Amino acid sequence: MIKYLFLPILLFAQSTDIRISIIRPDRPTIALPDLRGTGEAQPLMNSINAKLFNEIEQAAVLKIAPKGMYPLTVPQQPTDFKPPTVGPNRQPLSQGPWLTDWSGPPVNANYLANGYATVQGGRLALFGWLYDVTQKDIQNAQVFGKVYFGTLDEAGAKKVALEFAADILARFGGKSLAGSRVFFVSSRSGAKEIWSMDYDGANQAQMTRYGSTCISPAISKDNAKIAFTRIGAGNPAIMVHTTDSGRKLNFSNPIATMNATPDFTPDGSQIVFSSTLGGSPANLYVAGADGGGIRRLTSVKSIEVEPKVNPKNGTEIVFISGRSGKAQLYRMNLDGTDVERLTDGRGEASNPTWHPDGQFVAFAWTAGLEPGNWSIFVMDVASKKYVQLTSGVRSENPAWGPDGRHLVFSRTVGRQVQIYSILADGSQLKQLTFDGSNEKPAWTH
Amino acid sequence: MNTWSEIESARGETRTEMKLKNTIRMTQMAGLVLAVMIAGTGCKKKIAAAPPTPAPTPAPIVEAAKAKPVISFTADPTSIVRGDAVTLRWDVQNSDAVTIEPGVGTVAAKGSRQVYPTTNATYTLRASGPGGSESARATVSVSAPTEAPKPAPSNVSEDAISLLERTVKDAYFGYDSSDIREDARATLQRNSDGLKELFGKFASTNVIVEGHCDDRGSAEYNLGLGEKRANAAREFLVNLGVPGDKLKSVTYGKERQSCTEATEDCWQKNRRAHFAMGQ
Repeated sequence: MIKYLFLPILLFAQSTDIRISIIRPDRPTIALPDLRGTGEAQPLMNSINAKLFNEIEQAAVLKIAPKGMYPLTVPQQPTDFKPPTVGPNRQPLSQGPWLTDWSGPPVNANYLANGYATVQGGRLALFGWLYDVTQKDIQNAQVFGKVYFGTLDEAGAKKVALEFAADILARFGGKSLAGSRVFFVSSRSGAKEIWSMDYDGANQAQMTRYGSTCISPAISKDNAKIAFTRIGAGNPAIMVHTTDSGRKLNFSNPIATMNATPDFTPDGSQIVFSSTLGGSPANLYVAGADGGGIRRLTSVKSIEVEPKVNPKNGTEIVFISGRSGKAQLYRMNLDGTDVERLTDGRGEASNPTWHPDGQFVAFAWTAGLEPGNWSIFVMDVASKKYVQLTSGVRSENPAWGPDGRHLVFSRTVGRQVQIYSILADGSQLKQLTFDGSNEKPAWTH
Repeated sequence: MNTWSEIESARGETRTEMKLKNTIRMTQMAGLVLAVMIAGTGCKKKIAAAPPTPAPTPAPIVEAAKAKPVISFTADPTSIVRGDAVTLRWDVQNSDAVTIEPGVGTVAAKGSRQVYPTTNATYTLRASGPGGSESARATVSVSAPTEAPKPAPSNVSEDAISLLERTVKDAYFGYDSSDIREDARATLQRNSDGLKELFGKFASTNVIVEGHCDDRGSAEYNLGLGEKRANAAREFLVNLGVPGDKLKSVTYGKERQSCTEATEDCWQKNRRAHFAMGQ
């Protein structure tokens, strides 16, 4: 069975014919020659070219043609292109830089991004064009031409490159990760507190200062709020803060020995969580955003934690339950009906997280291995078909990026737990944290 | 944002003057775009923002310049639990330099800032201007979170703690289980005698039953498992006649490991119900 999505990577399961099309194999090819700069813009070109290349590459909506194949004469602007002229008998008379240099072998690109940078009024100006090089003339070939301004420094170089990349990616349905943030748990201050960082690991900053253990963060769909579990002297409780300033918001925890693992409904009006309000063991509940109007969702004699609401329909949850023995992945409707086990009963499952499209769930599973040997899996909830994304190194806490193509997760090497990002086909593994122990990432939507 | 067609039209309009400059083409293009930008909205804005005619009565301005800074400075709320935010708000007139200490530094004349004092704190705003300097203070009292760990209160005697540690031991569990095993059954039976003695001798004490897990399972599921273990151990003790109102169960999941090696020996030490003096 093949399910095609709007997303580009193919995930292959070794043992079956399942294919979950998150990353398409037939993506178009773009040529990205190094842009050149004049005057004071010149020293910034390495930064601009590196950022542009990285943004296009990691978005994974385009293949990048190998640079070694590019023609020696690289046009920098539209007027540099010279249409080939032919004599009366169609014999070629001249051959200047032309679109076919890029569309033909050995480059074989569909698109070309070019341009140059200069300084205007003390500011950095990047001129960028995108061409469909399969067209016959420049007018039809040009997809867009824009100028991007930034400060004349590294920050400005990064900004103009990101904006140019975002404009290119937008033409191919790609969503730039620029501006998105990852909230996570770090112990580097001495206690496990909530921290945040840019999607690429930059600008890491501490958000909470409780001096006690804070785990399991979840971010509201509007990115305004973060909910997490705080363990003071026992009695885990749910805390809700704003994401921008870290201000604590009101959430009345039910009087229970445990209130934990919160998640928001997509409209932000409700919070689902695990609680012992009705006695031990912990089962699932839903309440208003301030903790009022609490309602019991499950009533079983097994531990149930980590309810996660489908971000697309808001009417179903996946969760972890021990109702068939070891912890397994389940789904049910938010009204408590249609309970269904998704994993096959082997090993233990944990940390489910919905793909933004509401069809796939990433989660951690030991899948038949000894306890503690966690790997990341991705499952198509409707068909229960799954693929394994990581293996070998203990990997937990996956969270999808807003582009639906990247995940962040934690890897345990020795006693060190660190957060990594990865493309949904298992490539582009990148370490984002280095100081202290860091785990449980949650990506803004 | 200029599309290519806009750039193209800019070139047409300004080709002649740009040729005079005899610069390389790349710089020429850049200059052209700058030219069209100036000729466009930027220039209009400048015209619109032309300096207003001078105020007819300059005298009050001179007086104002000599006036001392006027400060409005508040902290909201003035009493918090550690970890909560306090918003400092200020509005200062007749000043060209405003600083807030500790921890904030130089700020604009009007603004707000969130701070997270961990102990009682007094924030001082200092403002200076042509008319002199002024300061204002805002005090915030900070209390410890109610859930934060506290040392055993002084009314619990050393004798009571010593008795607890001598007679009440950890009860151990199997992996992913809250069943009371044979060894745990024996431990809890001895513990029940110790606890009865403790509560008999020290009537005001109570004991916390902590549930813990090894670190192989997920942190989230282990919160539930630790809760189940603490609850199972507590129920067992209550059935043996230990007063239930003296025993409070809590879960730490796998967040407080007593042993960190990856061996069964060590994992077993972590899968426990531990007994600590309450408050």
